[in-house]
Amino acid sequence: MRNTAMNMVHKLAARDERVLYIGSDPGAGTLRAMSKEFPKRHLIEGISEAHIIGMSAGLAMEGLLPYVNTIATFLTRRCYEQVAVDLCLHNLPVRLIANGGGLVYAPLGPTHQAIEDIAIMRALPNMTVICPCDADEAARMMEQTLDWKGPIYIRLGKGGDAIVSKAEHGFEIGKAILMRPQGDVLMVTTGIMLQRAFAAADLLAAQGVRAGILHMHTVKPLDTAALLHAIRGVKLVATLEEHVPSGGLGSAIAEALIDKLGAGLPAMLRLSLPDRFMHNYGSQDSLLKKHGLSADAIATSIEHALAASRTSAPQLHPT
Amino acid sequence: MIQISPHAEAALTCTLDERSLYLRRLVLGSVRSAGRGHVGPALSLIEMVRVLYDDVLRIDPTNPRDPNRDRAILSKGHGCLALYVLLADRGFFPLSELDGFCGPDSILGGHPEYGMVPGVEASTGALGHGLSIGVGLALAARMRERSYRTFVLLGDGEINEGSVWEAAMGAAKHGLDNLVAIIDYNKLQSYGPTDYVLPLEPLADKWRSFGFAVQELNGHDVGALRTVLKQVPAVPGKPTAIICHTVKGKGLPAAESNADWHHKNKLTDSELDAIRVAVGDF
Ligand SMILES: Cc1ncc(C[n+]2csc(CCOP(=O)(O)OP(=O)(O)O)c2C)c(N)n1
Repeated sequence: MRNTAMNMVHKLAARDERVLYIGSDPGAGTLRAMSKEFPKRHLIEGISEAHIIGMSAGLAMEGLLPYVNTIATFLTRRCYEQVAVDLCLHNLPVRLIANGGGLVYAPLGPTHQAIEDIAIMRALPNMTVICPCDADEAARMMEQTLDWKGPIYIRLGKGGDAIVSKAEHGFEIGKAILMRPQGDVLMVTTGIMLQRAFAAADLLAAQGVRAGILHMHTVKPLDTAALLHAIRGVKLVATLEEHVPSGGLGSAIAEALIDKLGAGLPAMLRLSLPDRFMHNYGSQDSLLKKHGLSADAIATSIEHALAASRTSAPQLHPT
Repeated sequence: MIQISPHAEAALTCTLDERSLYLRRLVLGSVRSAGRGHVGPALSLIEMVRVLYDDVLRIDPTNPRDPNRDRAILSKGHGCLALYVLLADRGFFPLSELDGFCGPDSILGGHPEYGMVPGVEASTGALGHGLSIGVGLALAARMRERSYRTFVLLGDGEINEGSVWEAAMGAAKHGLDNLVAIIDYNKLQSYGPTDYVLPLEPLADKWRSFGFAVQELNGHDVGALRTVLKQVPAVPGKPTAIICHTVKGKGLPAAESNADWHHKNKLTDSELDAIRVAVGDF
């Protein structure tokens, strides 16, 4: 996904002379071909994220289109004020390409694990937040970034995520994709949780539970219309995310449903990472598994939640 | 012992001409109507902003978005009253707006906002952002082959921020000789003296070692400011840093070098009387 997104920057640069790549201190050879073809538009600016965001704002004010790229934690935590003030307040078209969203850098520990990035980026007025699910979708997504107004935070997974999106799904920023029609339960996913949702849906089907999947690649602006459409008739809405419980996809969905449905809320299950830093290493996969986000665990949690929603009607006035 | 610069001594003793007094009356009038304002930070800036807007910037108030205009960013956004009075005086918006400073429907907030105030190039107020934005503007000028220059006004306390020095390295890396950093070196920040809060000396050497061509002067000397600001870049191929020795609160004896005047709420009758004595009736 990462290489694809990077190569897309080169491709877009060939098409549109406003496009710049700005890296801090990326791996040797990052976008080498672009650095050869467009040396003036391939900028390596040093381990100075706050400065790079401000500088990108200045460039964007003059009509250029910077694609800023570094590790997700540094692109969010390190320079949050610059992102808020220089990019969002001025509403400038800078694209933040965040490597290693979620637990991709599991072995490198908590400094490199972007587990609250969706929450803090989503909280900013004017910011758009996109989490593509695989390399093919990342390529379709990048195509849409040339003319989108305002800043975009792009949360990339690692390389080699299974390809589950299809060309016919298309890609439009802010438009969710119904990957499987709704059944008893609707799973809402973002990023690479889609792969797990597919596997969980297969496991559930074997148990006679029909599970739909809504892929919310754009967490902000949230496609509330698609959400409301997709929850029709379901007994349970389950959100899946590689993120802490506060402020991410699950929060966004819950907020939207509360705002739109008030008292008529469906039963909800929010599956996420716990509200703490991870002190285990291993791999993205092993950490997701440890925190109940393997396909097996997702299917089991959904079955339990469905069973619970059958037995306990909502109690508005507990005794 | 650090030598006191002769420019710093001159800044303390020099007198102000009628235009400088007039601009101070406008600033203090705004503070009086709003019942608040960053007085000291604006008064130390007046001559720098005045010379920029009167004599240096290639700008047209009737065409504030002209792509070829020079860019100026007030990175120490809290000094905005100095900027507002110059912009109003130059016709970017009516002088009457100054009375509404910080009011609920005013375009003029306690920090300048891009898109709200004609002539304001960037929203500032969080310190340490302006020089990076300036680097972006200056680099864009080169990429787009435009001849505009970019001037960034910074506070001396502001340059405590590491991001400023990141930006300085970036400016030098790109050899941005179309970029000018103007430092309001009034030796005071919010709590007290820069020497106490976070010492900056040797300041000129710092900027030099970061790759800037450095000029130092008395930042209340209009003539010296004109000469230096009209001769940028000081060295071709290098960004310029102009260290302006100034006095926070310059022109108001009670406020001069007095951290209590960093931000003022309501001005008392006796303070208003003292202001009239210092700058004339307003
Ligand atoms: C990032 C940030 N931190 C703190 C502040 C609060 N603050 C406003 S003005 C100021 C002092 C600035 O001192 P200096 O740059 O020397 O400007 P002066 O007031 O002397 O003109 C501080 C700490 C701020 N606006 N931004």
